[in-house]
Amino acid sequence: MMPDLGKYATEVLTAYGATLVLLGLLVALTVWRGRRVRTQLEQAGREETQKNG
Amino acid sequence: MSIWKYANPALFMGWSGRVLPVVAALSALCLITGIVWGFFFTPDDYRQGSTVKIIYLHVPSAMMAINAWVMMLIASLIWLIRRHHVSALAARAAAPVGMVMTLIALATGAIWGQPMWGTWWVWDPRLTSFLILLLFYFGYIALWAAIDDPDTAADLTSILCLVGSVFAVLSRYAVNFWNQGLHQGASLSLDKKENVSDVFWLPLLVCIAGFVLFFVALVLARTRTEIRLRRLHALRLRLRMSEGVE
Repeated sequence: MMPDLGKYATEVLTAYGATLVLLGLLVALTVWRGRRVRTQLEQAGREETQKNG
Repeated sequence: MSIWKYANPALFMGWSGRVLPVVAALSALCLITGIVWGFFFTPDDYRQGSTVKIIYLHVPSAMMAINAWVMMLIASLIWLIRRHHVSALAARAAAPVGMVMTLIALATGAIWGQPMWGTWWVWDPRLTSFLILLLFYFGYIALWAAIDDPDTAADLTSILCLVGSVFAVLSRYAVNFWNQGLHQGASLSLDKKENVSDVFWLPLLVCIAGFVLFFVALVLARTRTEIRLRRLHALRLRLRMSEGVE
């Protein structure tokens, strides 16, 4: 299934590997930060509700 | 009915929440299809060999690096002229995505350039303007983080964005302005003779669509987080103030 990349296999695989790692990190960071902020917002909302009775 | 009402934070959260999963799914579909098609099912180039497969990452990421800055420019102008908070937050949300796209374009370009040009880097007009664009992304992100007052931060980063637009334009047209350097002209052209062959062009178009949708999905998700972060700060401030009153 793997295509024959010939003498440039290292270059092509490095380019694909580096890109996928960078895109993956960007997605992971976006999702992680989004979830963290959402949880903090919900928690702050609960605190305010408790305070106001 | 005005389109500006969709920039209202509450309405934005509503429609973006519905659109985001669709855009994310389409983005994943296009990216997987384009990359698998390009990597596994396209032939080698008669001169560049298998390195031509890097085109499916390099060209879309370079396009998005420039277009992300153009999007930030438009959002910054909207902020400066109409003071829509969501537009300032959308510009902020787009910057890290644009920065990663610029990094990918520079990295894949260097990896591609080494076997083809015999060097990783050359002070070519297009490469140099891309490097400066990357530095502008770093500066833009750092400026947002350095200023506490969100409106002042939005004002100053918008001005920085206007200045950086010169390099975004240069990155795109440098090869046309200065007829020197190693970098080739545009890979995609309406002129059939200049355009890359159809066998490379079609999967490239799918990859470009994937990168555009990927950018849109991430900017929507990150803008939603920025809006929630603003609400969180406001809520915490209210809680602190009520504690002070008691």
